[in-house]
Amino acid sequence: MLLVPCPVCGPKNAAELTYRGETHSRPDPNQATPEEWRSYLYLRDNPAGWLREGWFCSSGCRTFFTLERNTTTGELREPLLPGNKVAGRPISDGTEP
Amino acid sequence: MSNHRIPDAPGQLINRDVPLTFTWNGRRLRGYEGDTIVSALLANGITITGRSMKYHRPRGPLTADYWDPNTTVQVGDEPNVRASHRLLRDGMNVSAQNVWPSLRFDLKSANRLVGRFLTAGFYYKTFMKPAALWPLYARVLGTFAPGGVVDLDAPPPRNDKRYAHPDVVVAGGGPAGMAAALAAAQAGASVMLVEHEHQLGGHLCWGDDTDRAEAARLAHAVRAAGVEVLTDATVTGRYEDNWLAISQRGLPGIDERLIKARAGVLIVAAGTIERPYVFAGNDLPGVMTSGAVRRLITMYGVKPGNRAVVFTANPSGDAAVVALEAAGVTIAAVVDGRLGGNVVAAHGRNRVRRVTLADGRRIDSDLLITAVGWTTPTSLLNMSGDRPVYDPEAARFFPWCPPDNVLATGGLAGDGTTEQLVAHGEATGLLAAARAGVVRHRLQHLTRRAEPVTTPEPAWPADERPPLPHGSHPALFRSTTHGIVDYSEDVSSKDLVQAADEGFDSVELVKRFTTTTMGPSQGKLETVNTVAVLAEARGETIEQVGTTVWRPPYAPISLGALAGRIHEPVRMSSIQPWHEAHGAQPILAGQWIRPNHYGDPESEVRNTRNRVGIIDITPLGKLDLQGPDVPKLLNLLYTNSWNALPQGAVRYGLMCAEDGVVLDDGVTGRLGPEHYLMTTTSSGAATVWNWAENWLQTEHPDWQVHITPVTTGLTSINVAGPDSRQLLERLTNDIDLGPDAFQYMQVRTGTVAGVANCIVWRIGFTGELSYEVHVPSGFGLFVWEQLLVHGQDLGVAPFGLEAQRIMRLEKGHFIVGQDTDGLSKAPVTGLETLLKVEKDDWVGKPEVVWALSRGDGPRIVAVQPTDPTVVPEEAAQIVAAGTNQILGRITSSRFSPTLNRSVCLAQVHPDVATPGTTLTIVLANGTRTTAQVMEHHAHFDPEGSRLRG
Ligand SMILES: [Zn+2]
Repeated sequence: MLLVPCPVCGPKNAAELTYRGETHSRPDPNQATPEEWRSYLYLRDNPAGWLREGWFCSSGCRTFFTLERNTTTGELREPLLPGNKVAGRPISDGTEP
Repeated sequence: MSNHRIPDAPGQLINRDVPLTFTWNGRRLRGYEGDTIVSALLANGITITGRSMKYHRPRGPLTADYWDPNTTVQVGDEPNVRASHRLLRDGMNVSAQNVWPSLRFDLKSANRLVGRFLTAGFYYKTFMKPAALWPLYARVLGTFAPGGVVDLDAPPPRNDKRYAHPDVVVAGGGPAGMAAALAAAQAGASVMLVEHEHQLGGHLCWGDDTDRAEAARLAHAVRAAGVEVLTDATVTGRYEDNWLAISQRGLPGIDERLIKARAGVLIVAAGTIERPYVFAGNDLPGVMTSGAVRRLITMYGVKPGNRAVVFTANPSGDAAVVALEAAGVTIAAVVDGRLGGNVVAAHGRNRVRRVTLADGRRIDSDLLITAVGWTTPTSLLNMSGDRPVYDPEAARFFPWCPPDNVLATGGLAGDGTTEQLVAHGEATGLLAAARAGVVRHRLQHLTRRAEPVTTPEPAWPADERPPLPHGSHPALFRSTTHGIVDYSEDVSSKDLVQAADEGFDSVELVKRFTTTTMGPSQGKLETVNTVAVLAEARGETIEQVGTTVWRPPYAPISLGALAGRIHEPVRMSSIQPWHEAHGAQPILAGQWIRPNHYGDPESEVRNTRNRVGIIDITPLGKLDLQGPDVPKLLNLLYTNSWNALPQGAVRYGLMCAEDGVVLDDGVTGRLGPEHYLMTTTSSGAATVWNWAENWLQTEHPDWQVHITPVTTGLTSINVAGPDSRQLLERLTNDIDLGPDAFQYMQVRTGTVAGVANCIVWRIGFTGELSYEVHVPSGFGLFVWEQLLVHGQDLGVAPFGLEAQRIMRLEKGHFIVGQDTDGLSKAPVTGLETLLKVEKDDWVGKPEVVWALSRGDGPRIVAVQPTDPTVVPEEAAQIVAAGTNQILGRITSSRFSPTLNRSVCLAQVHPDVATPGTTLTIVLANGTRTTAQVMEHHAHFDPEGSRLRG
């Protein structure tokens, strides 16, 4: 299991956080074309190499932060605060019926 | 037992002062404290410990250690116990598995006669056609299941979990592993040493006096240095970032514990496992590895037979000769594999009686000991991404290049004297401690906001350990005859050759086709022999064939240990004890347990509609919002406008996700200038909390809003019905409940039944005049009881979730997730006036705007069946008349006691959403019925005059 460096709690097991996926900036909701908006909603680059991804310390300090992780080597860079640009998807903690 | 035990000698682990009694298949036997089940059985002269899986051949101890494939037994109600590993306990009831009707006269051994049907891939061939016979095949195959018997009445096992964060974990407590643990601990690392046997020492335990003295010295030093020593424990898996699964047994009061350890560095010192030899009759009881007899004689004082042939190709075989002689076993012949000697066959029915050698000699003996080489259990290295390489000179695999935080030492890494192994272990321990320090520093640096780091990162210590030499060993895998390769799965070398002939050219495919290496020993004994047999059959080398990949688990782990204890919390309101005492039928809703009804939900509806009812709605999600920017947040999360919400007012809001799909709904009230209370659906409470935090932290970190979840901090009671005002007036004096002073959709704070800081708002999910009272939860039960006491003359009675669901359906209120689904964009609700297109920004706005302009999405409509007694099932399909073309579905349905007829909500295609349209509904029993689309969502009191009264 990945060891995720939470900027507030310190290193934590990935299972104690919620993975938010690749970060993408939110287009202007009044200007975006359907193509741009759906690219923001659904399309991901899935690179082999450095990736900016969102994490949510859901079982800890509840901080949303961005991590740079190399998907091929597992290398990590310092987490970024505050937040990031991955607000678009609701997250569930899995306790709902 | 006398003639099977040898006199007491140094090194024996049994305590002859503590005799134990146990039963074997009902027969009373004796053993000693310190015995394994198998050593005690052999000491009683019992040599058949089980039957093989397919052919039901008699089997006896082969390796006499944890990996022995032939000694799996049932102990009491526990199946699949490894009898060569499990220590004997007084009063144990041990029985053989996979035998019928008895171990000695096993009827299924007739399978030996029909063996031709059970060869390679028989699962896939024999039992395929015709499909009509599959139930019969399932019964036949069931008789091959080698497992024991699960007693469903037995108490459940006690399992536990633990988390650990050692700098260094050492897998294997032999000389190299102990030396590594000691050196790492002395260098300042926190160290966990994991040994799967019951004592430290590894192969030194069955060595000579010098070996055992060294083992004792190291074991003492390791403990003195503060190393945490786990015996009867196995590192079963290695995952990303050295996340380790360690199974630990033999703890008091716990059957098996799963330790999840995050190690800075993992040292793999798993040693070597002695490989069985493949030849005709190699699975007869009496055929054993050299390690088996050395263990049995040295550690348990057992004399395993009377007359032995020893086939040796290495020092372990030579040592077995010495041990056997010392135990009084006659050595009938020593066959030296280094000099070209070989064994061709073992003969006998239930036990070895005679051995045929390659030089033609036939020798009477009841033991045939083989020492033909070693398998390196590199599993943990494979799991780390390493691909070990085969060294033909040494006839075994060695590590190649594991990742930097995984180090190999001991027999796994090479050969040498005990001194050489210890020296390599020490160097490995020092390297591991140094690297673990750097790993820790890096992690601290990455998270230095949490814990400041002042020192610069130390350099990554290079691996400068002098490598252990690779000793040369003859390549001995199979003799000139065929025999068993996989003992647990009953796969022979003939099966593997046949699979190769049938064109299975990959070892991974052969594995799945024949099931070789797939049994409980997980390939520890079988993998290399499998590869060697395949290589020979295809005229290739072992390197060319390659091995199957060793995956977790290294050793089997019980499902109970993986599950551990159940820590799932059950949530309940402070009123739950009252509900239980008053006959409430409970319903589980997510983690909540709440009353569904108190016996008769329809009368609960009638009482609430006619008089007054109270319901415990504590699971309702509640978020306390404070700060100057709360209106901005509400404007962003809800589709409607929140700019001008006056203090003391509440408003309904609908939330979407960015794809325009309905996420949640609820009311939010303004309690003070910068203080709001938001309610969510019960099931959406956690989601909406995360959702709001998410937008604040990621998109709008500059907004000043503080969110506190207060769902369980407040007990929520809805007081509903025409007499609800009258009831509440009796319990309040600082809130003016007059119809004009406290109007529909308003909120007040004050004292209820003497309890201060209550929040009361007037809304109407049931359609009646009603007040939701949110009470500090410590007083929830008190206020509930006060309402019942003071409303007795008004006929107040509690109602449950079911009555509330009926009343909300009578009022046509949709429930998110019940009447909407994962594709329902906001316009489905018909609440166009709440979708503020002109508002600058809200979550999901673009998709909702586009959906509105298309106008082609399904709609929620109220539906009444033509026959008022028919209640269509929820999810019943709505189709075009006379066809099966689906136009929608019933999403909610109940019989309404108020209207004395069935009422529904449905999601339908916009073409049939017009009021007055007749719909065709397909009921679950296949019959069709008709129904009418209604003008309003509300079946009852569409004007809302009751709740505004
Ligand atoms: Zn955290």
